[in-house]
Amino acid sequence: MAIKIGDKAPSFTLIDTNEKSIALKDYSAKSILVVIFSCNHCPFAQAWEDRIVAIQDSFKSQDVQILVISSNDANQYPADSFAEMKKRALEKNFNFPYLYDETQEVAHSYGAEKTPEVFVFDQSRTLKYHGAIDDNYDDENAVKTHYLKNALNDLLQNSSPTTPTSEPEGCTIKWFN
Amino acid sequence: MKIQFLYFDGCPSHETALDRLKKAMQLEKINAPIEIKEIFTQKEAENFSFLGSPTILINDEDIDMLPQNPHFALTCRAYTLPNGKISPLPPLELIQHALRK
Repeated sequence: MAIKIGDKAPSFTLIDTNEKSIALKDYSAKSILVVIFSCNHCPFAQAWEDRIVAIQDSFKSQDVQILVISSNDANQYPADSFAEMKKRALEKNFNFPYLYDETQEVAHSYGAEKTPEVFVFDQSRTLKYHGAIDDNYDDENAVKTHYLKNALNDLLQNSSPTTPTSEPEGCTIKWFN
Repeated sequence: MKIQFLYFDGCPSHETALDRLKKAMQLEKINAPIEIKEIFTQKEAENFSFLGSPTILINDEDIDMLPQNPHFALTCRAYTLPNGKISPLPPLELIQHALRK
């Protein structure tokens, strides 16, 4: 079961696609931290990845940091191997750390189930939003509710998100057999 | 005309994709039964050449081009849209094109 609104962010230390060790506490100075479970192979993740890049870009100056974590079993899904993650990060010009959760411990600690699945934490690293990025994976131009952007804007105005949860739509995380 | 719709329940786009297939058939004025098959196991995925959910076969032919090294698995399928973006749904035009063949 996923962590709940009001819970603290489970800590972690993972390697990113630049082979740099990244810990949650490295971003303690950031006013908002967004943790997104995603992966390479899932078309839902692919459909949304440019939007994640755009959101990081537009909120960077407001001290918002996005971390994207891939936890899938790369033996079953070779497209999600660390080597393929490195390629994807370069090809798509990811402007956020893309982290490899090789043991799946971090996905378990957050209770994540889908890719993509979003967790937004405030300055005290309390969960304020959990769910989807927006409400249309198929057509960016037909989005009606920008869940993640709205949550960030609410938090930046020192308010709790009007919509603190939504249903994440995507592939299931590919657990070890 | 033989129309098959294969899906995996772990991928949430199949209901919308089935609606899109029905719409494409309506637009192309094709009245034929749709054989709907849920794929449960990796072995079934391999037996049915299931590239991911949803997969649509018209007269046993996939509506989309097959990759050079197909990976048959219980997964969601990526379709390339006319604008180059990726979607978990086959574009309506792709289904219509396959139905016209």
